[in-house]
Amino acid sequence: MFQFTEEQIKRYARHIILPEVGGKGQEKLLKSRVLVIGAGGLGSPALFYLAAAGVGTLGIVDYDVVDFSNLQRQILHTTQRVGISKVESASETLKALNPDVKVITYNTMINKDNIVDIIKDYDLVLDGTDNFPTRFLINDACYFERIPLVSAAMLRFEGQCTVFDFRHRDLSPCYRCLFPEPPPPGLIPSCQEAGILGSIGGIMGCIQATEAIKMILGIGEPLVGKLLIMDALSMEFKKVKLRKDPSCPLCGDEPKITGLIEYDQSCEARF
Amino acid sequence: MAITVRVPTPLRRLTDGQGEIEVNASTVREAIEKLEEMYPGFKERILDDKGEVRRFVNLYLNDEDIRFLKGTETELKDGDVLSIVPAIAGG
Repeated sequence: MFQFTEEQIKRYARHIILPEVGGKGQEKLLKSRVLVIGAGGLGSPALFYLAAAGVGTLGIVDYDVVDFSNLQRQILHTTQRVGISKVESASETLKALNPDVKVITYNTMINKDNIVDIIKDYDLVLDGTDNFPTRFLINDACYFERIPLVSAAMLRFEGQCTVFDFRHRDLSPCYRCLFPEPPPPGLIPSCQEAGILGSIGGIMGCIQATEAIKMILGIGEPLVGKLLIMDALSMEFKKVKLRKDPSCPLCGDEPKITGLIEYDQSCEARF
Repeated sequence: MAITVRVPTPLRRLTDGQGEIEVNASTVREAIEKLEEMYPGFKERILDDKGEVRRFVNLYLNDEDIRFLKGTETELKDGDVLSIVPAIAGG
């Protein structure tokens, strides 16, 4: 039986009282290891809630430094920390919130040479990155390593979220079943070019954190095989089916992708 | 068939800001053609030069991806909702 400290019993009381969590669930959270790639608009709220929930080990990957233009949505960071690395800023905030959490930082741009080493010891990965090439790389690496991936993206007033459960990769679709390959550079704008309402990150990042917690606890129905689409202007949430595509280049019947590949990083608005 | 097309925010520049558009069409392709008549430039955002749905855009008829139905030839019925969902990558 896991021995909670008195402070932990108080800290997690509202979790422990939930029949779906209980002491056993809280123990699972404290023993879990979650990696969040991108400490930005999605990663900020997701990391905040995962740390508050007592996820025992949180890895954070980001190569950027805090900029004034981040502060409208990237709530882990503060005005005083403009100019310092995002992982350092995030780590400081999260440790202040919950000292139970071991924070591991990776102040690096994720690429095909380092991604497997970074993700391999984690139970779950959250994708909060801001470009297609990295999203495809994370999907492919998590697929090869059989690590479940909670993926979300946002733009303007819209958000999307889904879960790829690569522990059961014969059953779960992957990001390439949804979109087989990245759009040509220049066709889909980034948040930098197209804008993003800051609070959208709050909504979608919290959905990611919730899905991650459900996966760790093994409760409810995570968004596996479903794509959640949110339109904040009409405040409509819609779930559509995300099927495993037999012709998927990664996880289909005749896969063409058998190793990690990198696409060009470039962006410019058009769609 | 009277259906509703849900337009994502990036394409609303073409639709005078409208997020939902009613069209009368019997197939998905016809619905896209009707949208092109109403909002010139719409079609090329959805379909490539060969008339295929672009690979970073998905079309859902109600909650089903049309790739798993009959693609753009999928037939429509009254009250259907066709959602246009482009890939987005902001984080």
